[in-house]
Amino acid sequence: MQSKPIALTILDIVSIIVLGVATYLALVFAPTELVMGDVQRVFYFHVGTAWVGLVGFVLAAVSGIAYLITKNMKWDRFEVAAVEVSTMFFFITIVLGSIWARPAWNTWWTWDPRLTTAAVTELIYIAYFMLRQGIEDPDKRARFGAVYALLGGLSAPITFMVIRLFRTIHPVVIGNASAEAQGGFDMTADMRTAFFFALFAFTVIFIDMMWHRIRLSSLQEKVEELKLNVSM
Amino acid sequence: MKTETNTAEHRPSSIIYRPSFFKATMAIVQKDLAAELRSRELLSAMLVFSMLVILIFNFALELDVKVRQSVTAGVLWTTFAFAGTLGLNRSMAVEKDRGCMDGLLLAPVDRSAIFFGKAISNLAFMLIVEAIVLPLYALLYNETRIFQPSFLGVILLGSIGYIAVGTLLSAMSVQTRTRDVLLPILLFPVAVPVLLASVKASGGLLNGATFAEILAPLNLLIVYDVIFIAVAFMVFDFVVEE
Repeated sequence: MQSKPIALTILDIVSIIVLGVATYLALVFAPTELVMGDVQRVFYFHVGTAWVGLVGFVLAAVSGIAYLITKNMKWDRFEVAAVEVSTMFFFITIVLGSIWARPAWNTWWTWDPRLTTAAVTELIYIAYFMLRQGIEDPDKRARFGAVYALLGGLSAPITFMVIRLFRTIHPVVIGNASAEAQGGFDMTADMRTAFFFALFAFTVIFIDMMWHRIRLSSLQEKVEELKLNVSM
Repeated sequence: MKTETNTAEHRPSSIIYRPSFFKATMAIVQKDLAAELRSRELLSAMLVFSMLVILIFNFALELDVKVRQSVTAGVLWTTFAFAGTLGLNRSMAVEKDRGCMDGLLLAPVDRSAIFFGKAISNLAFMLIVEAIVLPLYALLYNETRIFQPSFLGVILLGSIGYIAVGTLLSAMSVQTRTRDVLLPILLFPVAVPVLLASVKASGGLLNGATFAEILAPLNLLIVYDVIFIAVAFMVFDFVVEE
């Protein structure tokens, strides 16, 4: 049984530190937005968690393909870790977005492309776990999981494009906003610092959690093996 | 040793009958249609279910003239999607329960021929249901605009995408512990684009939109169909292998 690697312990500590710094930057350092006031500070963590949630989803689809090609269980562990960690981050994104939307849009929820895509993506993730739960054979579980992660990864962008045909009011802070967007703003230099640091912080935390989850899967597999040995 | 190779040579591989891809696909379609023609259990279930859904919508949404203007496409597609899962589930469960799937997998044909065979017969069932439900809907609500060719084209494109993903996912869900319950949960979130694009396009057509106006959802529908038929074709092997 291997003990926890030192690098992982260091990464744990770094994660806690960057989370603390990001919180400070978002809540204290960044200037208060003129129109929306303090509630705009949600934005830094909202985009940070959304970013890693999205990265995780893409990673899951890619590792699904990698598993189907190589049939190496390591990709399956990677895929499960990516999906699990992103599900959590995506959920945080949605909750934070709702907290912001209540004062900014005067509603907790609206069927905007981004919001709908986030909700559908979250449902795909949940379906992914239900699928895996229903299969005992580890090989089959890995194969089906990989296929579903791939299908989900392909359909999510099309969902986004389809719902954009209906309408959007979500602000686009980076790049060009649509004329109907509500609650957009321009970032000052200090805001930008807080924003990019939040992206960096959540990337570090994401890597740390992925590492933990992959390690957990390997340990789980080892336990299964040991159990088999004992029963034989 | 030498005699062994000799016998192997004397048994040329051409004796094993290997039908062409198209023939194999059509054989599966024929088998499904023949079985359905005799039992009629799948189509009758789908049809009765569709009727019930429309009946419930009629009272739940108070489908008067004004409401119908905006919700007809949504009602129709919800009905087709629900009836579709019913058919998909049953069509794959039959293969699994009676061990037919194992027989199909043992047959010396390309695995993707099995996928296309099942997909085509599933599509046929869905189209038959639609061919009965649509005129009935038109009759009940005096909605003759349903019969314009472009509307029917949208229905066809939407059904193709829905069935392509549905056939693949039903092959997966029948092999799990939760089976029938799982298919809609797996299928609906992935099929959201095809359903929404179809609703957008067919709803537009019913409200007198021109072809150029529904081009955007139509394009996405075609993109979805092409991508998902290709992917299902590529990964079906991984779903059925033991």
